Formats: sequence, C-alpha cells, structure tokens
Amino acid sequence: MHELSIVMSILDIAEKESAKNNAVQIDEIELEIGELSGIDMPAFDFAWQQAVKATKLEGAARIVTHIPGEGLCMDCEAVFPMHQLYKPCPVCSHHFISILKGKELRVKSLVIN
Amino acid sequence: MCATCGCDSNASSSIQHIGEHNHPHDHSHSHGKTIVAVEKDILHENNLLAQRNRGYFDAKNILALNLVSSPGSGKTSLLERTLTDMKGEFPFYVIEGDQQTTRDADRIHATGTKVAQINTGKGCHLDAHMILHALQGMKPVENAVLFIENVGNLVCPAMFDLGEKERVVIISVTEGDDKPIKYPDMFHTSTLCIINKVDLLPYVPFSLDKVKEYARQVNPALEFIELSCTSGEGLPGWYQWLKAKVPVTETV
Repeated sequence: MHELSIVMSILDIAEKESAKNNAVQIDEIELEIGELSGIDMPAFDFAWQQAVKATKLEGAARIVTHIPGEGLCMDCEAVFPMHQLYKPCPVCSHHFISILKGKELRVKSLVIN
Repeated sequence: MCATCGCDSNASSSIQHIGEHNHPHDHSHSHGKTIVAVEKDILHENNLLAQRNRGYFDAKNILALNLVSSPGSGKTSLLERTLTDMKGEFPFYVIEGDQQTTRDADRIHATGTKVAQINTGKGCHLDAHMILHALQGMKPVENAVLFIENVGNLVCPAMFDLGEKERVVIISVTEGDDKPIKYPDMFHTSTLCIINKVDLLPYVPFSLDKVKEYARQVNPALEFIELSCTSGEGLPGWYQWLKAKVPVTETV
C-alpha cells in the first residue's frame, strides 16, 4: 500500500501549489502515471478516496494520463513497447534493457478557483 | 479502468469525480479558472531528502546499505552474524525499520552496535525523511558502515530512495525461486542479491540456477552471494564484498 504515500505526496504538492496561487478550491488535477511506475490503480483509487476527504482536492476532477512503457535494448538498439521488467528484447532476446518511458509519476497541472 | 463500476475504457486519459460516476471524456476546462502548470515528480520531496542523505554519507565517507526483502528472509540474522564476526573492523550503525516493536533493534543492540528503531505504524516502507531524523539522533562517525534494514516487504520499499549507496535484496531458499519475476521492481533496483538459508537447500524445491536466471531477466547486472547465517557457509564472501565497498579515505 505505498499508493497511500503516493496520494499523500500528491496532496502535499497540490496544497502547496494552490496556496501559492491563493486558491480556495481545486477543480481539477492532472496526473501522469507510467505503466512501469509500480502503481496499482485500484489501490491508488482506494487510497485517493480516503485521503482527499476534507482537503482542497475533495470533489476535484482527477485526470490520469497513463503512459505506456517503452524500452530500448542496449544490445541491438531496438525500441519496443515494454509491459514487464522481465521480458526480453523482442528482436534479439537479450535482457539488457533501458527504460525510456513508463516510470513517470508526475503532477502535471491544477485547475484552481 | 473506471473505479466506480470497473468498466474498461480504451481512452489513455480518464476523468473521475470522486463521489459521482463519470465516464472518460475529452479534456476541457471551463472559463474563469486558472490553470497552474505544476510539472512536478510526485516523489520529488522524497528524492530531494534522499539526495541530502546521500550528500551527508559522502561527506562523512559512510557506506550506507539499504537491505530489502520479504519478511522472514533473515535480514536481522544476517546483521547479527555480520556485526558479531566483523566487530572492530569498522564502526557499524544500524537503522531498523518495522511496523511495530523494538524486537529487531534489541537483537542488534545485544551485539554492542549503535541502533535506531523506526516504527512505521501502518506504513509499509521507510522513506528518506525517516532516515534523516534517525541520523540526527545517531550521529555516525566518519568512515562507518550503516545498515538500513527496511520493512519486510518485497513491493513498496522499491519506490523509495533513502540515499543509500547500494541496495541489497535478500531472498531465502524457502521462498520459491520465481520471486524475482513475481516482484521484479525490487530486483530491478538492487545491485546485490543475497541468497540466504542455503543450508536448507537439500530439503526444499529451490533451484539456485533458476533464481539467478529469473533475477538476471529483470536485472542482468545483479551480483549474487549465497550464504547461510546458521551454518556460516558463504559468509566470508559477503564480508569480502562489504570490505571492498567501504570507500577508501583519501589522504591529501
């Protein structure tokens, strides 16, 4: 359940950013969550529902952009969709892979009132 | 996936009002509101503190190791043996992470080593902030070795950088040799894998070749040390690894 810590960090960022802009309410928050970031979305949703109560994010629309994983094979330089950390390069079957995309875990933007 | 009804949506963006039931729609904003571009890593705060810890360790020439594993793999037993066998070779310090009790810290304390216990309560991992505060009370000397024994959990601690030099994942032969691909994140982020309880190999269906093969699929650069804290077999290899990792102090 590290998802709760992640949600608490999002709350912290949202509260700080909205305070900087003298916002009383957050209408919308946009997040980027990568496929390989280690976030289990049902656990994340569960933690979210509990954690946002009585905060500026309660009632805010949450937009999540899921970023698909992408790997670069360090042996043959093939770029390919990466869904698991343990799958080999689909071209040369080697495992020495660099993750290009999918580790993202970001707060993109807020819409405040 | 929609969290309310469990429906699958192919859209890469989804919008959800908590308390209401909304399906994904195009991303639009109404007028009279301000859009703030935040562009901030969610783990930004933890990563900053981790770098701060790392700078502290570098400045004091301290080797900090983050020991991670599932519960019961033998992290504390390995530390007890190590601290007893290597007594006097380096100044050692231990930070123990558990949800409850000081049982592990008591075991480490019995070896004569300075130890701090962090109780995470309901928390499932240590974070850089907790380490920062533990260090403030501990005040380790220069050229020391610091073991951070994380909460027994093969999932969550993988995401949280503590500022350590190396991450050491421990697996015991009673756990099943397919652990590395079932819990890949932990093996992906570690540099050394200790395979513990090898004295039990004759009694369990665990293949050393298989576990290494699986682990290398996730992390081809991972090193392995096989040992048993009970029989003492393989421990010299671990002690050698440790000694080789301790930074040599440069005299100008």
